[in-house]
Amino acid sequence: MALIINELCVNCFACEPLCPNKAIYQAKPHFLINPDLCTECLGDHDAPQCAEICPIECAIEDEYGEPLNPPGSLTGIPLQALQALHEQSMLNQAAVLQP
Amino acid sequence: MELPVLTPAQPVAKGGCSASSCGTSNDQMSGLPEHILKKVQDHPCYSEDAHHYFARMHVAVAPACNIQCHYCNRKYDCANESRPGVVSELLTPEQAVKKTIAVAANIPQMSVLGIAGPGDPLANPERTFETFRMLSEQAPDIKLCVSTNGLSLPDCVDELAKHNIDHVTITINCVDPAVGEKIYPWIFWQNRRIKGREAAEILTERQQLGLSMLIERGILVKVNSVMIPGVNDEHLAEVSKVVKSKGAFLHNVMPLISEPEHGTFYGLTGQRGPTQDELNDLQDACSGDMNMMRHCRQCRADAVGLLGEDRGEEFTLDKIENMEIDYAAAMVRRAELRADVLNELESKRAAKAAKQQVSNLVSLEAAAALRPVKMAVATAGGGVVNQHFGHAKEFLVYEASAQGVRFLSHRKTDLYCEGGSSCGDGESVLGRTIKALEGCEVVLCSKIGFEPWGLLEAAGIQPNGEHAMEPIEDAIAAVYAEMQAAGKLVVQPSVWLKTA
Repeated sequence: MALIINELCVNCFACEPLCPNKAIYQAKPHFLINPDLCTECLGDHDAPQCAEICPIECAIEDEYGEPLNPPGSLTGIPLQALQALHEQSMLNQAAVLQP
Repeated sequence: MELPVLTPAQPVAKGGCSASSCGTSNDQMSGLPEHILKKVQDHPCYSEDAHHYFARMHVAVAPACNIQCHYCNRKYDCANESRPGVVSELLTPEQAVKKTIAVAANIPQMSVLGIAGPGDPLANPERTFETFRMLSEQAPDIKLCVSTNGLSLPDCVDELAKHNIDHVTITINCVDPAVGEKIYPWIFWQNRRIKGREAAEILTERQQLGLSMLIERGILVKVNSVMIPGVNDEHLAEVSKVVKSKGAFLHNVMPLISEPEHGTFYGLTGQRGPTQDELNDLQDACSGDMNMMRHCRQCRADAVGLLGEDRGEEFTLDKIENMEIDYAAAMVRRAELRADVLNELESKRAAKAAKQQVSNLVSLEAAAALRPVKMAVATAGGGVVNQHFGHAKEFLVYEASAQGVRFLSHRKTDLYCEGGSSCGDGESVLGRTIKALEGCEVVLCSKIGFEPWGLLEAAGIQPNGEHAMEPIEDAIAAVYAEMQAAGKLVVQPSVWLKTA
């Protein structure tokens, strides 16, 4: 069992020094967790430290792909507002990509 | 350390920053005791006099944060943005030192190096203190400062004192956890993410403890607060009172920035920022208890240069790689410049003191019936009206009244963003500028084009290019006197309605 850092990671370094197993390492394009070292903090802490400090919802998932911090759980932003923001940023990206 | 008790803000004819673009007024830095003035006189962020002569830079070495604020989105970064927490490249401590030395060698006005994020510097203690340690060895003439949310501050105070950091800024948005829980959704504390009231209780307690510990060690503390209408606006006068009583020397109340496209909780839930008037009123209300800072430009966490300018582009990592630097020679040049500027500031202060006897702008009998007028000024610095209207990226707003001229605030024309079509709403630059000048009746500039002239007039703002190169306060006083002579200042219901 091991946690996974996905592409939502913003490389803020917050999790790296907290890992009791030194399983987290800096990589491109984002930090990664060595699955051989990760214990999900069992025996060290009540909750996985990377997921406890990570400011980005959904950036850390368990082995089933379930986010430890689901949408809205950290920021308190209503889901509809998150959805609208997401759609707007997709539109903006499309506009930038057009010649 | 005891702060002088200052009288509530009075519009001043006397005092004021007579030869600078900021319009320092008596309720600000001049109330500080001598030993603090000495420490801040060449710090651009703390001394309004100094910000025209000395430059600062922030190095972005601290990406991690241990709390979440509702006005912050850790995902967001945009090169066109200028506001706190935004950076374009994260630096290692070694890169930060290299960059600092390159900037200090090329900008002799550079006096201060700050670490301000993009996360919380004290949540990244190793990177932050490694940077400070190397800088105090390699660039001993540069002042070091740091800003923090305060959560880790009590643990870091001794380390801060060790690195000869004599200025710390703490962002304190509340002293009451009931207010705090509406601003901070969570903190990371003792290996747990804590939410709600408990989080706000721990954070406020740690902020106040850290503040007192810094003061005990003789480290100057400035307090930043974000004004959030309906959340902490009525509470901030109390914050001002409390932090002053504990020994903070300066309070900087900044407006909330909450554009929906920034993706913050406040931005997406419709929380508005304060209007200029609301901000000025609160700053006035707090100034009875505290020295207020009014020239904050809410810089990026990697800003470089004089306040209000950003030369970061000239000092990217690939560019500094090829710079030849003779730091010893640069240090000599910097010391000379510093001495010259401090001399100049000293003589200006003396001149200001001599000017304190200057009579009021208009006779006192007439004064009661005259209304105050807000005027905007386009200036490129030097304390004079010297910028073309179309070139102004920001305007300084002053209030002229029968009691004199006082600086209120600066207003950016670009509203934190110079972005192109991808993030704009299609509004013209001129339209945005006119909106930024809302509430002003006159705009003084060195020159102005035909088209903006007409549009400004249509918007009820009188352009004025007749005072080019004159000292700002003198120019405003002259225009105010002209308005009085023309009978435009008499308080009449129709006038109030028109300007409301």
